[in-house]
Parts: sequence; structure tokens; C-alpha cells
Amino acid sequence: MRMHRRTLLALAVFTGLTAPSMALAADDTIKIGLLATFEGPFTVLGEDGERGAMTAVAEMNGTVAGKKIEIVKGSSDASPDSAVRAARKLVEQDGVKVLVGPLSGDEGIAVKDYAKTQPNVTFINGTSAAQDTTLRNPAENFFRFSTDGAQWMAGLGTYAFKDKGYKKVATVAEDYSFPYTQVFGFMAEFCKAGGHVPSKSWVPIGNKDFSSVIAAIPEGVDAIYVALGGADAVNFLTQYQQSGGTAPLIGGSITVDQTVLTSKGKLKEVLKGTPSAGPTADTNDAPAWKAFVEAYKKQPGAFPSPSLFAHGYYVDMKATLLGLDKVGGDVSDGGKKLREALSSLSFDTPTGKVSLDKNRNAIADIFLTEVTEGSDGNLLNKLVKVVPQVNQTLGIPEDEFMKLGAVNRDNPSCP
Amino acid sequence: MSLAIATNNAATQRNWLEKLGPGHIILGTALVLYPLVASDFFLTQIGGYSLIFGMLGLSLMLLAGYGGMVSLAQITVAGISAYAIAILGNNNSNVLGFGWPWWLAVPFAVVAAALASALIGWISVRTEGIYTIMITLAIATATYYFAQQNYAIFNGHSGYAGIRAPVFWGVNWRDARPFYYLCLGLSVLSYAGVLYGSRSTFGMTLQAIRDNPRRMRALGYHVTAHKVFAWLLAGVIAGLAGVLLVWFNGRVSPGTIGVDAAIDVLIIAVIGGLRHPIGPFLGALVVVLMQTFAIDIVGAERFNTLIGLVFLVIVFVSPDGILGLWGRIKPHLAQESLRPGP
Repeated sequence: MRMHRRTLLALAVFTGLTAPSMALAADDTIKIGLLATFEGPFTVLGEDGERGAMTAVAEMNGTVAGKKIEIVKGSSDASPDSAVRAARKLVEQDGVKVLVGPLSGDEGIAVKDYAKTQPNVTFINGTSAAQDTTLRNPAENFFRFSTDGAQWMAGLGTYAFKDKGYKKVATVAEDYSFPYTQVFGFMAEFCKAGGHVPSKSWVPIGNKDFSSVIAAIPEGVDAIYVALGGADAVNFLTQYQQSGGTAPLIGGSITVDQTVLTSKGKLKEVLKGTPSAGPTADTNDAPAWKAFVEAYKKQPGAFPSPSLFAHGYYVDMKATLLGLDKVGGDVSDGGKKLREALSSLSFDTPTGKVSLDKNRNAIADIFLTEVTEGSDGNLLNKLVKVVPQVNQTLGIPEDEFMKLGAVNRDNPSCP
Repeated sequence: MSLAIATNNAATQRNWLEKLGPGHIILGTALVLYPLVASDFFLTQIGGYSLIFGMLGLSLMLLAGYGGMVSLAQITVAGISAYAIAILGNNNSNVLGFGWPWWLAVPFAVVAAALASALIGWISVRTEGIYTIMITLAIATATYYFAQQNYAIFNGHSGYAGIRAPVFWGVNWRDARPFYYLCLGLSVLSYAGVLYGSRSTFGMTLQAIRDNPRRMRALGYHVTAHKVFAWLLAGVIAGLAGVLLVWFNGRVSPGTIGVDAAIDVLIIAVIGGLRHPIGPFLGALVVVLMQTFAIDIVGAERFNTLIGLVFLVIVFVSPDGILGLWGRIKPHLAQESLRPGP
């Protein structure tokens, strides 16, 4: 009897552990993994990314090549470990053959490394924008239809130096690969134009107290370049304002994103007039963009205007679906045909034409913007200029660009 | 003479089996046979990962259950050995990476972790109760931020990637089955070690110190030394778990040893129960299953709420965790078995 009871317990544990693995996908559906940050400091951004991806799915009425699209979600907390764990679960347990994500820089590099161990699965980026995800040591099966953080800065350095007249700029940015890439993109132009960057502050993600950072900003800088995201941006800007700081700002792509612009309080006054650049502009008049905004707004909880995360996930999901459509939804060959289709894919997005280079990184239009107050009182990124078809080497010949070295905290430098 | 020895051997063998008990035998057989039915994902991502976090929980259970010292720094200790493996062995982050072979790097990493654990213990044994929790939390947080901002040793936010488990005896130890058995082997070793240690003189002394340190001191025992030695032993287990963790992830970054992870280990130990070394493994299984599959049950927006609620219910129903639940159900089942069959 005693044995019997324990055997039962063991059996119960056993079946409980193995049963979920027996679930099989039906033949008339196609599973796509969606990896984003649904927890941690970037939750708001991840949720908007999901809205963007779902907008693309809704555009296709939830089907591709006659098959129903089934989205399986995976969540990370913006750390590379959690991104790889979530990707593993989607690929190895849920059996997705196509995965869209992740959201942030270091996650992208980690998922790219993981992609190399899964040659039969096709990985399409979400919005992760570190340069080395595709530039150095890329994975054959990792595609990025959204551009990288350095590309997003195209035009901003020159604009800050020439039109705004800033000669000395201090930078404050988060301490990981995506902000390194953004600062690199900004400084590449700004330093070349003749500007100087006397101090660079790197702060950890999720930092709460910025007083020491604010104290370290040198006297007499013309402006501060801020590349912080979500709650970090709000915290820094609030504390900078409270400490009596008055230097004008230059925004990284996610600093003056809708996720920050919609925050309440006195921040509005500080943010007005901040120049920035990125893959989207809120006052873009192109009909394709307007149609996209309308479609996006149908998603639950949508912002007044899609953030660049919604845009990035939309573009990457759209590309995925177009690719799947081309191959008739057939990934039974380990996704080989799909990857060929994606490599040669060129299509019109709400923000202009997108195609891939030989490293499978996007070439696309970049928008130079400035923060203004819209007619309804919401802050918007007003379109200043479109920089057409920016490639990953920012128009510099590739061998010359590679000589600039890998982006990190100390590269580039022009004190 | 030889006959006498043989019977003697048989007697000890029987004795061993009896000592082991049917529960252990069944559980052991089930765990050994588990790879026959489980997919690769369930072998490593659930099985292996639960065993690794079970070991971390076990090192905390050793300190908290027998020594009365609740530590939040066990993941830090594991992190030290994980970083040591990345630094001493090979990585592809172009920082450090001395390329030592595994048989040199692993002992070194475990010893480093054990010494670090002893040091943490030596600092925190001067405190008791909630102050021990606070001081270990402070150490864990400080280490996390240090790793995050130090580039010379810890390589900052991105940490180390491209760390491979060794290949020897013709086996790649990161393949699903070998890795599972490796985790299982080390877990069983740690489990048996803790079980044996708890009944040894040292274990008894430690428990006595937990219950009444002043009396033990008056009896002439060196209370601090015993406590620090317990930290050293816990450090060995956490260090081994750290080695497995870095082989499992193939990478280590400050996120691995963050405060979230530190709290996960505490949750695992509390959910599982602190009275018996099997508790943390049960807790780890529940926590890993929840963290992996909650998102499938309630969707991406509220899955952490569900995880929290389940933990709340477990602790609410049974303050002793899952072990406590078992302890409550057991008498009912025993009574059932006393009743005559139909």
C-alpha cells in the first residue's frame, strides 16, 4: 500500500512533466513566435511592439498563404539570458519555425548567437538595433528589416552642429550595446562636422537616481545628447529639470519616442524643440504612414501615434508574412526557401522602401524630427527632413567603416 | 573467513537499501528513466534547469534550515563560479578568457565560490535574522552593480558569451541527455551530501547552534567557525550550480546574478520547504514550470500575476511550502491504508 501510494505520486509527476510536449500543431495553421519584453523596465515598449506586430497580422486578416497565423508569445525582461531562454522555449518546445524578436540590443546579439545553433529556424528581428547583430559575425538565418541604432541617427549630428549651432555636447546614455550604437551614429556625423563631446556618461538600465550623472555633466556644454529609454528617460529628464538644468536636449531615437512623450507632468516643456532622428516621424504626411497609424490605433491600448517599437515589429512581422506568402507558407524544408525569399525581399513600408544588404540588414529611410506640441496638446515628433535609403555603413565605404572599429563605451571619441 | 566477509557485505548492502528507503529508490529510478519519455526541451530547459536551481535552493536550505541563516547571496556565489568559468576558460567576448581546460577551471571556480561564500558568511554571522537577510541582499546587490559597471573583469552589462560545456570521453556535455545526467548526478551528490551532513556531528552541532547559540558557546563550541564552515559547504554546492548554469546558458551577464534571480532562489526554497533537502528541488520544479508555461495560460500581459498568485496560495495554504502540504496529506493517506479494502 505504501509503495502503491508513492508510485501513484511518481506517476502523477511523470505524466505532468511529459504531457505538454505531446501537443502538436495542426496542418492548416502556421506558428510564428513573437518575442518581446513583457516584463522588466521595457514592458511598455514590448507591449507596443506587440501592437505593431499584431497590426501586420490583422492586415493579412490573420492568414498567410491560406493558413491561419498562430502567434505564440515569449517574454523576456530585456536581459540577454531571458531572451535566449524565451527563444529556446518558443523554438524547442512550441516548435515555431519562424520567430520575430527580440526588442533590445544585447538581446538581439544573444538571439543571433542562438540562431546559429538552430539553422532550420528563421529569425527575424523585432526592434533590437545593436550594430553587431548583423555587421560583425552575422548569422545566416537572422534577418533585420528594421534598421540599426546608428542608422537611426542619420542626419542628426550634422543638423545639431550646423542648424542648431551646438559645438560642445555631453552624452548621457544607457550602458549597453544599443545606446553605444546610437551614440556612435550621432558622433560619427557630429565629430566629422567639427563638434566636440567632452563627456560621456553611461548609466545602467533601470537606474533611479541620476544625481551623480547630472553633477558630472561639464559646465558650458551647448546641449546634452540623451539616449535613454522608457522609465529611464522620464527619470533622468525629471531629475535634470528639478536640479535646475537648462541645457537644451538632443534626443536618441527612443528618448523622444511616444512611450516617453505621452508621460504626464512638466516634462512637456523640457522636451519641446528637442531634435532627434529615427525610423519614424509622427507628422509624416505620406498616405501609407497615415493608413498605418489608423490600422495601429485599432489595437487595444494603442498610443496616439505608434512608437518606433510598434513600427519596427510591424515592419519585421510584415516582411515575415510577405516572405511566408511567397513560399506558400511552406517551411517544411527547414525554411531554406523562406530565407531565400526574405533575402531578396524589397517592399514598401509606411516609412518608405525597405530592402536588405548582404548581411541581411535593412536599408531604409530615416526621419529627422523635432518635438512639437500637436493641436490636441499631445507632444509629437514633427518631421524636419527625410534622409533617404540609409545603409548600415552610413554611406561610408564598407572597408573604411569597419576601420572605425566596433562600437563600445570609448569608441568613437572626440573630446 | 571469506564467507564471513561475504555475508557481512550482503548485510551492509541490505542495510544500504533499507537506509535508502523506497521513496528515494522510486524517485531515483524515475529521474534516471526520465530522458526516455521527455523531449529535449523538457530534459534541459525544465529538467536540467530545475535541478540547477534546486541545487541553489539546496545551498540556501542548508544555511536556513540547519543554520537559521537566510541568505539572499546564493546566486551571487553561483555567479562567481560562473564568471570564473567564463574568465578562466574560453569565451567569445574578446575579454580575458585564459583558455584553461575544464578540469582545471572547474575546481578553481568552485573553490573560488566556496571561499567567497565563506567570506560572505564570515561577514554576516555577526548578525541574526532579518539583519542577515539585509546584509546578504546588500552583498548581492553590490555585486550585481559592480559586475554591471566593471569592464576589466566582468565585461559590464553584456557579460560573457560563447562559453561551451566541455567535450570529453567522446561526449558533448551540453547535449540534452548528457547535460541532464550531469545535473542529476551533481544534484544527487549534493542532496546526499546534505542529508548525510545533517546527521553528522557537524550537522547536529549546527542545528544545536541554530536553536541556542548561547548555550553552545557556553558548552565550548566555536559558534562562528561552525557557521562559517556551513557557508563554505553551501558555497561548494552553489558553486557547482554556477558551473552548470553557465554551461546551460552558454553565457553569463549581470542579469544572471541580479536581485530578481536572488529572490527567485529564496522563493524556490520557501515554496519547496526548508525542513528537508528535497524541498528546494520540488520548489525549483514548480517555479520553473510556472515561469515557463504561465505565459501560455494567461497570455503575455498578466502572467507574472498568475505566478505570484500561485506562490501566494502555496504559502497561504501551507507555511512550510510543498513539503508542509505533503506532511499534512500524509496522515490522511496513512489512515486510508489502515482501512480494510473493499
